[in-house]
Amino acid sequence: MKNLKIRAIGLVVGFANGLFGAGGGSLLVPAMQKFMGLETKKSHATTLAVILPLSVISAGIYIWGVELDWKIVMLVSAGGICGGVIGAKLLNKLAGWWLNILFGLFLAAGAIRMLFS
Amino acid sequence: MMYVLVGLAAGIVSGMGIGGGAILIPALTIFLDIGQQKAQNINLLYFLPTALFAIFVHKKNGNIEKKGLPALILWGIPGAIAGALIAVNIDANYLRKGFAVFLLCMAAYELTKGYKKWKSQRLNHSKTSLENPIQTGKSQSM
Repeated sequence: MKNLKIRAIGLVVGFANGLFGAGGGSLLVPAMQKFMGLETKKSHATTLAVILPLSVISAGIYIWGVELDWKIVMLVSAGGICGGVIGAKLLNKLAGWWLNILFGLFLAAGAIRMLFS
Repeated sequence: MMYVLVGLAAGIVSGMGIGGGAILIPALTIFLDIGQQKAQNINLLYFLPTALFAIFVHKKNGNIEKKGLPALILWGIPGAIAGALIAVNIDANYLRKGFAVFLLCMAAYELTKGYKKWKSQRLNHSKTSLENPIQTGKSQSM
């Protein structure tokens, strides 16, 4: 039964991550906490390990289907690598309610802008 | 330069375990006028080296749980294929709107989570300061 849940989670998370090119992790973190009983820090870290191979597969299909400017990918990735290390270190130090509120407001603003444009 | 800055911001957020793509994709489409599918593809690719580095740090800190990991990945694969196939074939405008709805759900989730944290932190804080007036702050770190 628990196994079935894990499979279903994998399927849904992979699908959303492929369809939207993002967000698989945002689904997987709470799912792991709720259904697999993982603590916050572990669920965040483990999520990355699941989403990485799934993103490789989805990205392969995107590259085949959509044309791409590799220069932009390089520039964004360069920033992303530095940011990723900083963020992972910060995760061990700070996390608080204000971070979620700030993040939530950012997302809501982005979503509304995308819906009405 | 803007690309690097956008990547940096998204990288910090994603390294902390909250979706960097939720920041990167809207930023790319709204401010840098990149198409929806292309932005999603950039996010998937940018995520790879970023995640690799973050995983390395997390592994060193012993934060990766191995139980259930193979099943999650194995069953995620057909989902990852189906989702991506739909995304590259669908009209960009529909995908954009769908993404926005998804983003809105994430926003609602984060806001509720923040509110809950704030509430429990306030409760804890008033309790500890009653029992021990010297101890302030840091009552809840996660």
